[in-house]
Amino acid sequence: MSLILILEQILNGLQFGVMLFLMAAGLTLVFGVMGLINLAHGALYMVGAFAAAAVAGLTGSFVLALIASLAAAAAAGALVEVTVIRRLYDRDHLDQVLATFALILIFSEGTRWIFGSFPLFLDVPDYLSGPVTLPGGIKYPLYRLAIIVIGLVVGAGLFWLIARTRIGIQIRAGEADREMIAALGVDISKLYTLVFALGAALAGLAGALVGAIQSVQVGMGEPVLILAFVVIVIGGIGSIKGALVGALLVGLTDTLGGIFLPRLFTLMMEPAQAASLGASLASMLIYILMAAVLLVRPSGLFGGSA
Amino acid sequence: MTDTSLSPPMQPVLRVEHLSKSFGALKASNDVSLDLYPGEIHALIGPNGAGKSTLIKQISGGLQPDMGRIELLGHDVTALDTVARARMGLGRTFQISSLAMEFSVLQNAVLGALGACGKSLGFFRNVMKDKALLEVAEEALSRVGLLQAAQQRTADLSHGQRRQLEVAVALTLKPRLFLMDEPMAGLGASGSKELTGFLDQLRYEAPILLVEHDMDAVFALADRISVLVYGAVIATGTADEIRNHPEVRRAYLGEEDET
Amino acid sequence: MGRERLFNLAVILALLAVPLLALALDEPFVITLATKVAILALAGVGLNIALGLGGLVSLGHAAFFGIGGYAMGILAAHAQNYEPLFSWPFLFEGSNQMPLIWLVAVLASAAAALVIGALSLRTSGVYFIMITLAFGQMLYYFAISWSAYGGEDGLSIWVRNEMPGLNTLIPIQFFGVCFALLCGALLFSARLAGSGFGLALSAARQTEERVETVGLQPFKLRLVAFVISGAITGLAGALFADLNRFVSPTMLSWHTSGEIMIFVILGGVGRLYGPVVGAAVYILLEHLLGGISEYWQIFLGLLLLGMVLFARGGLIGALLGREVAHD
Repeated sequence: MSLILILEQILNGLQFGVMLFLMAAGLTLVFGVMGLINLAHGALYMVGAFAAAAVAGLTGSFVLALIASLAAAAAAGALVEVTVIRRLYDRDHLDQVLATFALILIFSEGTRWIFGSFPLFLDVPDYLSGPVTLPGGIKYPLYRLAIIVIGLVVGAGLFWLIARTRIGIQIRAGEADREMIAALGVDISKLYTLVFALGAALAGLAGALVGAIQSVQVGMGEPVLILAFVVIVIGGIGSIKGALVGALLVGLTDTLGGIFLPRLFTLMMEPAQAASLGASLASMLIYILMAAVLLVRPSGLFGGSA
Repeated sequence: MTDTSLSPPMQPVLRVEHLSKSFGALKASNDVSLDLYPGEIHALIGPNGAGKSTLIKQISGGLQPDMGRIELLGHDVTALDTVARARMGLGRTFQISSLAMEFSVLQNAVLGALGACGKSLGFFRNVMKDKALLEVAEEALSRVGLLQAAQQRTADLSHGQRRQLEVAVALTLKPRLFLMDEPMAGLGASGSKELTGFLDQLRYEAPILLVEHDMDAVFALADRISVLVYGAVIATGTADEIRNHPEVRRAYLGEEDET
Repeated sequence: MGRERLFNLAVILALLAVPLLALALDEPFVITLATKVAILALAGVGLNIALGLGGLVSLGHAAFFGIGGYAMGILAAHAQNYEPLFSWPFLFEGSNQMPLIWLVAVLASAAAALVIGALSLRTSGVYFIMITLAFGQMLYYFAISWSAYGGEDGLSIWVRNEMPGLNTLIPIQFFGVCFALLCGALLFSARLAGSGFGLALSAARQTEERVETVGLQPFKLRLVAFVISGAITGLAGALFADLNRFVSPTMLSWHTSGEIMIFVILGGVGRLYGPVVGAAVYILLEHLLGGISEYWQIFLGLLLLGMVLFARGGLIGALLGREVAHD
């Protein structure tokens, strides 16, 4: 087990974590501001990926594909918010769960209807393919590095948006007190649509970026959605900072655990058994992490009250 | 009554000592001490925002104080939770009704009796046919004058009836002391008068720590009154002493209009 | 109250009559559908104890459904291959006897519910939903990577397990077994709702503070409810796997959790027979719409969405109006 391998896996974990952050940021924002649990967030991730794959197929431009993913997911998000989601803000969580679960069925089957059941492929553009040599002699895929950079830039932009801009102030005020900012003359329903579309766009971007590494297919958003839930449970619901820390923790734990746990077990038992047991345990690792965080802090690392 | 209850050899049922609780810079409870003796009604008054609710929560176990201690029946309960304190005999009524709204009136009362009976809950037997529990529940309802409404859905009760049911549920617990948070709130004049008469008798079953805005009721009922201002008790004494207490007049009666 | 009781009776009699009629008309597929309804309704009855009575929005009940399924799969696979499951403290070669399989399924899913519940119930609201979802998903991934029992491909058994005194290979007899268990669970669930425990649990859903002030622990009430709920759903899982003679990680997936929840909701949350109506409607839709379009889940989605937005009481609520307080 070389140092290079470890560094490489840490980068992989970071890349995974950054993607999870793009997903979790929207979820936690929507929950923090509107008090809504949105299971259909993974569907928006899928919409972004499909839009990117379709546009890249038509135009051959990866940049256009990314823009399309942002635009399509934001538009789908805004549409869903206006037609369905806004009726759910005052409902209990059960209604929110059911309605957004229904949206998943509609989105998934609708996408299958339009694009068929076969996965699409989104190619990494030439200028981002191939490995790059990092300081220390590590060869690492340029595209994955680009994902980390894009994710971090978008994350920084999000922090800036929330901390420094007028919209951000309104968003934070909306978390604290809906009536108050309504009284101050902010059009709250527009603000909500905007926040929802913003979260959707981030999810769509994540879907497109990951779509170029994996295949683009129906249902691709759901495993990520559930990991994003784990992330915000660990980070504390409503906290962007918590989402970032939680995402990196989950990304690193999952990646490193998947690689190193089976190896660790090889030291103690025969290889076949070690691989099987190690893989099983590694797949559970982030949930064990979540349970551990919950035992110590039931409302997450950066959460207020549950 | 006042004389005997204050005689030294008697143990207080409730003793609160040097209780403090802050939320950030706000001192919601500032070195509060008070006690409650058998047979008395001790009223706690104070303007809105004086910290009455915070104090009640700490006494009932819903909120941990930063400092100080709380003693129930001679036992330190500061570290115990709401359930443990309820089981020791603390009967609380809520300012904002926290009744089970989907239940019938009788079901709410039976819930109290069930909690207080100390037996295991049972998974199979119909609880609404349990004679012993029904007896306790019906007696409590009849004492507050709600027995004829026993089968009504709680959500359909009038505000005044909900207040009565609050008290009835507390009665089913057969508590060693009552902690009543504004039981008169929103009752009409005749309702308040009726409840005042009822509490006047109830104190001999178990003493009452009474938080109340209705000053007529407080001055009619209370053996002692404590005045809470900005989280601190500024005076404790009989109705007359409080009426004439200069600081109370300045801090409270002078400034607050009572509705 | 009288009307709902009459309606319930009609529902359960219909569920019994349909397969009998199918038997007379020699339509074994319909008997299988009815068996599926009975089993899925049983899973819903389990969830309804947590969701309807206790107000616990668990999105992880697939965990218990799947554990029940794997209990069946593992016991039966060892029995059919004559491979001992364990040899200490006694030799155990698995089993193809339903009662024993059920016992193991119930105990295993109850144990899982105890652990998952003890952790999840420290939280409430959205946290609870997400955490139950996450634990369900944990078991899903565990099953996928657990190659000893089929991993992603799942585990098949050759012959349906046996029930003393019956021939479970005959569809109507297996239906009878499932139907009897469903009736038992409905009866149990009705008694539970009317018991002291049910009263306290229901009160904890409505007003936690009140329950504490009368000296009862909401956490304990909910945990017990969650364990009972998980155990019943686990039993349904064992039957479901036996019906298909197959168990796979799909039983553990969160879509399964969502579907079990849909059974409960379609019928009406907290209604004793809600899951029966819901499961029947679901299977009917799947069968009818599935025949028309491959993408029938779009319609299911639209129906569910419409129901949540406009008809919150579910089908029974729409038919019978607001629920009357338990007697």
